[in-house]
Amino acid sequence: MSEAQPVLRLEGIVKTFPGVRALDGVDFSVFPGEVHALMGENGAGKSTLMKVLAGMYQPNEGRIMIDGKPVVMRNPIEAKQNGVILIHQELSLAEQMTVAENVFLGELPRTSWGFVDWKVLEERVGAILTKLNCDFGPRTNVGTLSIAKKQMVEIARALTHQAKVVVFDEPTASLTDAEKVVLFDIINDLKSDGVSIVYISHRMEEIFTISDRITVLRDGSYRGTLVATDTTEDEVTQLMIGRSLDYSRNVEKGEIGDITLEVSGLSCGKLYQDVSFSLRAGEVVGFYGLVGAGRTEIAETLFGLREPSGGTIRLGGEDVTIGSPAEAIAQGISLVPESRKEQGLVLGMNCRDNITLPQVDDMTAGPFVSNGAEIAIYDMYRDRLDIKAPSWRSEVGNLSGGNQQKIVIGKWLAMKPRVLIVDEPTRGIDVGSKAEIHNLIRELAHSGYAVIVISSEMPEILRVSDRVIAMYQGRIMREFTADEVNEDNLVQAISGIGNGKAA
Amino acid sequence: MSQTSVESTPVQASGGMKANLGWLVRHPIWAFVVMIFIFFSLMTDNFFSLGNFENILVQTSTLGLIALGMTIVMINGNIDLSVGAVVALAASLTVDIMGWPMFESWGNWQILPAVLAGLASGVLLGALNGLIVWKTGVDAFIVTLGAMLGVRGLVFVYTGEQSFFALNFAYSDFGASRFLGLPTLAWVFLIFTVLMHVLLSRTVHGSNTYAVGDNREAAVNAGIRVGPHMMINFMIVGFFAALAGLTLSTQMGASTPNLGRDYELWVITATVLGGTKLTGGAGNIIGTFGGVLAIGILRNGMNLMQVPAFYVLVTLGVILIAVLFLDKQLNRKGGEELRI
Repeated sequence: MSEAQPVLRLEGIVKTFPGVRALDGVDFSVFPGEVHALMGENGAGKSTLMKVLAGMYQPNEGRIMIDGKPVVMRNPIEAKQNGVILIHQELSLAEQMTVAENVFLGELPRTSWGFVDWKVLEERVGAILTKLNCDFGPRTNVGTLSIAKKQMVEIARALTHQAKVVVFDEPTASLTDAEKVVLFDIINDLKSDGVSIVYISHRMEEIFTISDRITVLRDGSYRGTLVATDTTEDEVTQLMIGRSLDYSRNVEKGEIGDITLEVSGLSCGKLYQDVSFSLRAGEVVGFYGLVGAGRTEIAETLFGLREPSGGTIRLGGEDVTIGSPAEAIAQGISLVPESRKEQGLVLGMNCRDNITLPQVDDMTAGPFVSNGAEIAIYDMYRDRLDIKAPSWRSEVGNLSGGNQQKIVIGKWLAMKPRVLIVDEPTRGIDVGSKAEIHNLIRELAHSGYAVIVISSEMPEILRVSDRVIAMYQGRIMREFTADEVNEDNLVQAISGIGNGKAA
Repeated sequence: MSQTSVESTPVQASGGMKANLGWLVRHPIWAFVVMIFIFFSLMTDNFFSLGNFENILVQTSTLGLIALGMTIVMINGNIDLSVGAVVALAASLTVDIMGWPMFESWGNWQILPAVLAGLASGVLLGALNGLIVWKTGVDAFIVTLGAMLGVRGLVFVYTGEQSFFALNFAYSDFGASRFLGLPTLAWVFLIFTVLMHVLLSRTVHGSNTYAVGDNREAAVNAGIRVGPHMMINFMIVGFFAALAGLTLSTQMGASTPNLGRDYELWVITATVLGGTKLTGGAGNIIGTFGGVLAIGILRNGMNLMQVPAFYVLVTLGVILIAVLFLDKQLNRKGGEELRI
C-alpha cells in the first residue's frame, strides 16, 4: 500500500472556532479502494474534520490534496466536483420533496430553456436507484420512506458524481441488522469500483467488520493509524480515550424483589400481539429485536401514549389502565424515550428546569415556582448520576450526549418511579460514556428499581440484562435468563428462526 | 412517532375519477370555491353573471398579486408583513412622481418614470428585508414587522398625511380599461399567476424554494446559496406589493397614506387557505389562486346578500380555521397520532 499514491491526503489541518481549537494539526490519508475508519469520542473532532473535507468549513492551516494535487474546496458543490461526498449523519433531506429532487438537490439538470429537466432527472435517478436495488422510484415522496430507505437516497446522492471518496458519518445509527447488511454490500461494491470510503462510527464491531485501516482522533489531534487486521478493540479504545475500559459484564446482582409489573396478553392492533412478561423490583429486563418488532410500542403503551387493544397490565398486584403519560407517572412508570433530543429534552432549557419539568407543579411556594427546591433536586441528581455540566444554568443542548442522557434519567428518577423504562439508552453516545450509562442502569436495579431496557445493540443488552426478551414481528419469541443467553441464540430468536416462544 | 414508518404512498393518478379526487385532496380549497360558488349562485339573483365575475377578479387582483409573492416567500419558510405598507409607499410615490414639474413636458410618458420608481421602491425594500434576514439571521417575522411599522411611518412623512391625486388621467383610465374582453387588471393578475406558477413548478429556482423551506440545512449542505436565494424571493414579493399598490391607485386615480392597511393579514389568510404552510416547504400557486378566489367570492357574495360587514369578518375567520382543519384531516399521515 505504501507505493500507491493516496487519493486523498490531509496535512496538518488546523481549524479553530472562537475559544476552541477543534482540529490541531491533523494528518489523514486515504488510499484508492480502501475503507478507512475514523474513530474518536464525541468532541474528538471527527465531524469537524469531515466538514472540512466536504467544503463546509475552511481550515485555518494545512492543506488538502486530491490525487497528489492541492485543492481548495469552498463549498459542498466544489467538494463534490473534486469527488469528495459526505453522507450526513442527521439525514439531510427535504422531506416534502421527491426522491429525484433530493438526489440532485442544488444541481438539478436544466433544459436549454432554463427549466428543470424532469425527464433527464428521473432517468438518471432511476438508473442510480436500480443500481442500489431500491424498491422505490424517483417520484416517491421522501417523507413516506423509512429511515433506511432515506439513507439509500443519501447514498444515491453520492453516486451522481464520479465519487473518489465517500464519507459515511455514523450511517448505521438508525439501521436494523438486515439493513446494515445491505449497506455493507453497497460499501463493498463501491470499494471494488475503486472508490475509497471514510467510515465514522462508534460501533467497534462494525469497524472491524468492514474497515481496512483505522485512524483515531482524540481532543482534536491525530493519535495514530492502525491496520484493522493487526489490532484489537482494546488497542483502539485505549487510543480513543487514553485509558482502557472495563468491559467485564457487571454480574453483581441486587436483591430481586417482588413482581412489580405484570403484563399479560397485551396487544395493540398490528403493532404487537399477545405480549406477556413480568418484571421484579431490582432486575433489568432487556428487550431485543429488530426495529419494528414492537418493543418501543410496548413501552409507549405502558407509558400511556398508545391505547392497547387487549390484555391486562398489573402494577404491584393491581389491575391498572393507563390512559395518558400523566397517569403513568402517577402510577410510578417512567419512560426514557429513544430519541433524547426530540422526545426527551427541551434543548433550549437549562439543566435544572429539564430535570424538574414533570414535577414543577409540586415545587411551588405560593403562586411561584420555588427556585431553591428546584436547585436542590438538580444538585441531588447531579451528584448521584455524576452529571458533568458547568452549572444548573447550562443549556442542555450544549452538553454531551452522555450527560444529556443522564439528565433525562435524572428527570425520571426524581419522580420516584417503580418501573423505569429506558429505550435505546446509549444511541449516539460515545464509548466512554456508554460504559458509564450501563453501570448506572445496573446500579439503579441494584438499588431496587425495576428496569426495562430496550436496545438494538446486542452487546448492550447482554451487558445490562438479568433476563432478555427476544421479539420478532410484534411477538415475544423467547425469554432467556442471563446464563442462557448468547449472541447465537439471540440472533436466531429475533430473526424468527428456531422454535416457538417459551414465554 | 418516529418509529412508525408511514407506508401510505401518494394517491396515484390512475383513472380520471381517482386523479380528480387526488387533485382535490391536494387542493381542498377548490372544493370549497365550487361550494360557495354554487351557494351564492342559488342564494342571490345577481351573483351568477359575467359582469359580477369580472368584478370579483378585479376586486381580488390586488390581494391576489401580493399573495403570489407571499406564497413563494412562505414556501421558503419566511413571511413578509410589510406588504401593506409597501402598497401605500409605491402608490404614493408613483402618483406623486408623475406630477413632478420635470416630467411636465413628457405628456403621457410622465407615467413611465413614476411607475418604474414605484416598482423599484418595492423591489428595493424587499431586497433590504431579505438582506437583513440573510445577514443578521433575525426571523423574517420580526424583520418585516419592523419594516411594516417603519415603512408606514415613512409614507406618512413623505406624503405629509395627504392623499395624492393622479393628474394624468391616462393613469386612472388604465385602471378601468379593458383588453380582449376582460378588464386589463384581471389580465395582469392572471398573467402573473401563470408566470409564478411556472416559476415555482418548473424552474430550478422554484425547486430550490421548496428545498430551502423544507429543510434549510439540507439546502445549505447541497450547496444552494440560501441567503441570496431568500433575498430574491423577498424582492419578488416586494415587486408584487408595489405592483398591487399601482393597480389599486389606478383604480382610484389617487393614493392615500392609509392604502393597504391590514393587507398583510388578508394576503396571508388567502395564501394559507390555499394550502401554503407557515412552516415552509409546502404550497403552490394553484392553491393560492383558489384561496384568493375564495375570499373574493365570499366578500362579494355576502355583500350581495347584504350581510353586514362585521359578520363577513366573523364568517371569514371561522372559515379559515375550518378549512385548515379539513386540510389536516385529509392529509393526515397515518392514523397513529400522539395523544396530546
